[in-house]
Amino acid sequence: MDYSQFLMMPQEIGLLLVFLLVFLYDTFMPQRSQRMLPLFTTILFAIYTVLAFIPMGFGEAFGAMFESTPATWVMKNVLNVGVFIVLLQAVKWTNDDFVSVRRGEFYELILLTLFGMFLMISSRHFLLFVIGLETASLPIAALAAFEKRYYESREAAAKYVFTAIFSSAIFMLGISFVYGLAGTLYFNDIAMAVTTANPLLIVAVAFVIAGVGYKLSLVPFHQWTADVYQGAPTAVTSYLSVISKGAAAFAFLVILVQAFGSIYSQVWEWMLYAIIVLTITIGNLFAMRQRNLKRFLAYSSISQAGYIMLGVIAYSTVGMASMMYYVLVYIFSNLAAFGVIAVIERATGKVTMDDYNGLFRTNPWLAFTMMLAMFSLGGIPPFAGFFSKFFIFMGAANQGTVAIYVLVFIALVNTIISLYYYLLVVKAMFIRQDDCAVPYIDSHWTEELGLTICVMGIIAVGLASGIYAFLNQTTASMASFFPAIG
Amino acid sequence: MNLTLLMYLIPSIIMFGCGVYGFLTRKNMIAIMISLELMLNSVDINFVVFNRFLFPGQFEGMFFTLFAIAIAAAETALALAIIINVFRAIKNVDINQINKLKF
Repeated sequence: MDYSQFLMMPQEIGLLLVFLLVFLYDTFMPQRSQRMLPLFTTILFAIYTVLAFIPMGFGEAFGAMFESTPATWVMKNVLNVGVFIVLLQAVKWTNDDFVSVRRGEFYELILLTLFGMFLMISSRHFLLFVIGLETASLPIAALAAFEKRYYESREAAAKYVFTAIFSSAIFMLGISFVYGLAGTLYFNDIAMAVTTANPLLIVAVAFVIAGVGYKLSLVPFHQWTADVYQGAPTAVTSYLSVISKGAAAFAFLVILVQAFGSIYSQVWEWMLYAIIVLTITIGNLFAMRQRNLKRFLAYSSISQAGYIMLGVIAYSTVGMASMMYYVLVYIFSNLAAFGVIAVIERATGKVTMDDYNGLFRTNPWLAFTMMLAMFSLGGIPPFAGFFSKFFIFMGAANQGTVAIYVLVFIALVNTIISLYYYLLVVKAMFIRQDDCAVPYIDSHWTEELGLTICVMGIIAVGLASGIYAFLNQTTASMASFFPAIG
Repeated sequence: MNLTLLMYLIPSIIMFGCGVYGFLTRKNMIAIMISLELMLNSVDINFVVFNRFLFPGQFEGMFFTLFAIAIAAAETALALAIIINVFRAIKNVDINQINKLKF
């Protein structure tokens, strides 16, 4: 075996190294130094995140099952930044008395799921993809059951694990049909082998979309989302809603474009079209009536997943760049919102919207951060969320057909609807008065640092136009990635 | 008697359908787990049969099946652990009892 091909996966190797060091620290360090494990992991991961920005090792490995391109390199870095913020915000929580016994497992499982997502993003073969998908989704069930003192956490884990296995069974059935039709599991070879639609192929593509759609919580497959987001510990929820979703979205784009690109308009454009309309609309409508903020953000993230899918239906390098940009902005905005929720939940245990009444009086900075996050998620101009929505609409509209214009218009109308419920939170914090508001919370410096990074991201990513230009330039070299539309 | 492709595929699809039916109707979490196993195993049959009958020169389907079996085992282990975790809290494995999180 040619071991030099491992050089094609520097980011994965680095991540495994971080995982091994954390594992050894967790296993062999004495009890008194275990308290430093969260900080140790976070600092180690920060060093790795910075080093991973060095572009190196582009190419294929393992019989072209694994491919590292500039686009996957950028996407992995985006995810790294998000995971770093999640780890930073979890430091205080993992040192809580109830959680601290198992705190090593939290970090190990997070790092391993991230490894699975990297495999998913880079895979060019369905076998590697399935392994990555399962590595990325199964440990999250164990993470959801992490807060053993709360019954909700156990229930969330049970609901997650059953839907995850059900969806992966459907996904694998779809792949088996594709294998029967094409005789290969390589994405490129499938695209060459299946060029015309037939009933079995349509069923197979529908199953594949359903399988990945479960992970992305697109609408017909979204029922688990709200329950799991509400029940799981907030650190896990933020990881699940941002990192897991971003990785699955990119992998979804790779599958649909690379393996089924030759049947874009014949088979899956209309499936995805219907799914996007349903996802955005139903996510918005259900978000309006939620009072629990974690549930509220679950429905909000369903609707955001619909916007992310606009970058897939665009079927162009511009769509790919705008999708990566959207995920980056979404990471900052959603992690800011979840960070505030986590701080308040850790200090007081309150998560409903009414508990946030008058938050501005007692905790002005938390309220300010939450306001910026809501503005960014809703897409109000000076913040990054506006630019990400703008670019993703532009990417989709570039496709040029009337149907896509209608789709973009529906998404636009839904943006306005979504402002209503995002501003409900802002209204509760700033305008409503409450005598028994949440008292002043002295947040830990790691939480403050995490929130500061998020706020800087929300403000700077939108204004620094170089970031989008860089993404656009990176993906522009990948025009051959998109097979001709058939 | 000559065994054809369809004589394997039809039982496999029936198996998958039974799994989906069981997943949707059974109340016991262990029974739901068994239904999920049926679904995963029918996929394995599909792969092996496609490989054997349509593409006898290669082993891709067989390899996929080997990995799928390992993944299914991991999934079952995790799901059973979580069922035990729930059982400790409510002393029951009835799926209707885990209904605290809704709307």
